[in-house]
Amino acid sequence: MTEFPLIEVTDLRRTFDVSKPWLERTLARESRQLLKAVDGVSFHIRKGETFALVGESGSGKSTVARMVVGLLEPSGGEVRIAGVPMTGGSHAAERRRLRRRIQMIFQDPFASLDPRWRVGDIIGEPIRAFGVAENRRDVTARAGELLRLVGLDPADAQKFPHEFSGGQRQRIAIARALAADSDFIVCDEPTSALDVSVQAQILNLMRDLQDRLGLTYLFISHNLAVVRHMATTIGVMYLGRLVEVAPARQLFAAPRHPYTRMLLDAVPDLAMSGRPRTPVQGEIPSPISPPSGCTFHPRCGLANDRCRAEAPAPIDGVACHAVAEGRVPELRASA
Amino acid sequence: MSTPATKGIVEPAPAAAAPKARWRWRDSDILASFLSSKVTVLSAIVSVLLIGGSLLAPLVAPTNPFDPATVDLMDSLMPPRWVEGGDPRFLLGTDNQGRDLYSAILYGMRVSLIIGLAGVAIAAVLGIGLGLFAGWVGGRVDAFVMRVADVQLTFPAILIALLIDGVVHGIVGNAQRENTAFAVLILSIGLSFWVQYARTVRGSTMVEKNKDYVQAARLIGIPAPLILLKHVLPNVIGPVLVILTINIALAVITEATLSFLGVGLPPTQPSLGTLIRIGNDFLFSGEWWIVAFPGLTLAAFVLAVNLVGDWLRDALNPKLR
Ligand SMILES: Nc1ncnc2c1ncn2[C@@H]1O[C@H](COP(=O)(O)OP(=O)(O)OP(=O)(O)O)[C@@H](O)[C@H]1O
Ligand code: SF4
Ligand SMILES: [Mg+2]
Repeated sequence: MTEFPLIEVTDLRRTFDVSKPWLERTLARESRQLLKAVDGVSFHIRKGETFALVGESGSGKSTVARMVVGLLEPSGGEVRIAGVPMTGGSHAAERRRLRRRIQMIFQDPFASLDPRWRVGDIIGEPIRAFGVAENRRDVTARAGELLRLVGLDPADAQKFPHEFSGGQRQRIAIARALAADSDFIVCDEPTSALDVSVQAQILNLMRDLQDRLGLTYLFISHNLAVVRHMATTIGVMYLGRLVEVAPARQLFAAPRHPYTRMLLDAVPDLAMSGRPRTPVQGEIPSPISPPSGCTFHPRCGLANDRCRAEAPAPIDGVACHAVAEGRVPELRASA
Repeated sequence: MSTPATKGIVEPAPAAAAPKARWRWRDSDILASFLSSKVTVLSAIVSVLLIGGSLLAPLVAPTNPFDPATVDLMDSLMPPRWVEGGDPRFLLGTDNQGRDLYSAILYGMRVSLIIGLAGVAIAAVLGIGLGLFAGWVGGRVDAFVMRVADVQLTFPAILIALLIDGVVHGIVGNAQRENTAFAVLILSIGLSFWVQYARTVRGSTMVEKNKDYVQAARLIGIPAPLILLKHVLPNVIGPVLVILTINIALAVITEATLSFLGVGLPPTQPSLGTLIRIGNDFLFSGEWWIVAFPGLTLAAFVLAVNLVGDWLRDALNPKLR
């Protein structure tokens, strides 16, 4: 394992302007509306590991992913890959070289493959773009290899995406992601659009490829069972902030943040501990006007006046006043 | 990461598989879908015959009807050959000046086609280009282009033609009129038809640009113009082809209208539309053929081109294949 992390995300922020058009806004005497989709997120991923981001819909997971791969400009903070800052003036040449190492697998395999392109060309695009192979024969051979690698037939290169099932399409997306020898793959809910029976196959393939090729994953999901299968480290997101970051084993065995506990309690008997399952309480508030202080306080049983006034800073991976103050009851030790 | 690792895991692809599949696509997929529709085949044959016949008019037509030396006023208003009083020299009869109608149709159609195709080509290139650009960039640029399009729509083609004609006229003077008429018509049609392309393409571009396959292309650093050309354009072109075919017909009709109103071609080189207009004057005096045959030709052409366009739209969409 290398000493410095492959990916370092520091105080990443992103706001979206969701104001109405200028004229309408002026007539209604409204002020500008800003949505803080990501509000100071920091984490790092070591080579060969999987960092999972979990959280309810709208917590900002995809926004983090898009900033990490460079599809979206951060409003603040920094993403470093192999020590090189991916925004700012300097390091342009190194960045170009690093781009090749980063790929993304999208949630919907019916939207992430160009319907007018043949599978061979879809996989061939990064091969050509990064100059892995130039002439037609080499590109075809490489695409065939990759198809075989993800469990498809090299002859499938001649088909169009619509001729495949969702699981097969996601395999094609994986083949494309690996085409330019990329080793850092950001996966935004790669299985949530798939049938349950197919999900496991895709997850197994991804783990398998990780072992064989030494891939590093940023893995996004709202499904804790899936995350448990994949992750080395888990970050729990709530309304644009990371509320708890912990090694996967530890997070499942001894969740500390009240929100993490709420999510885990909703998972059907994950630890086979016989504890009752409690559905997630309440709803995620609008990120346009988030609650004051700790944004989780309207849903938190341990909230007090301090929580309503003051946002907790992360201490030892957990951002919660009650944890810092020792007000959180110990969790059943056996779990 | 490691190419060697990847290479080690997988065995080389069987070499025969790929070329064979490629061959099958070239020779059968599109061709088979084409041959399986009798209507399409018929339409294609009609289109090719009409387009070919008119473009090759000087070679196929029995006479050059617009060469005054070959026209005899004594032959005027002859009915078609198979009708009583018809002359074997004139298959479809003659018009009021004694021109062979069959030849006149071929020559006239050639004029109409060249103007229509060139005008529509200008409109399509302009409209598709602006639509892609506005849809991709969005924001103020988009708003500006679309407002220009709105304003454009309030000017009918005839007004644009008159404007351009006036300007060109002012620059080159009256003497050059015959030579500039062609360009004026083409430009007028181009400038009046682009809005539809721009709107259609802009709308679909805004949808497509947010799809993940476009993001995936951006991710590997494909430049925006290439993404627009290779990913977005093929995905938005379907409806454009249909507009295109309908527009060719519309352009031919517009050209006829303009010629009728005196902005178009001089009477010495009449188009299909002009022939119909001339024939119209004789319809009620019993010389039906002068309007009927150019009219039928126009209708057949419009219908055939439209049907081929419909098939093309489906054939180019792999989901429907
Ligand atoms: N381009 C945008 N413009 C305005 N708001 C946006 C934009 N993209 C995301 N948002 C907002 O930012 C917040 C976070 O969105 P994001 O897609 O990152 O959430 P997520 O955790 O990925 O949710 P999901 O599980 O539904 O994918 C949401 O409230 C969303 O509405
Ligand atoms: S800071 Fe307060 S409100 Fe927020 S999670 Fe901890 S106890 Fe609950
Ligand atoms: Mg998301």
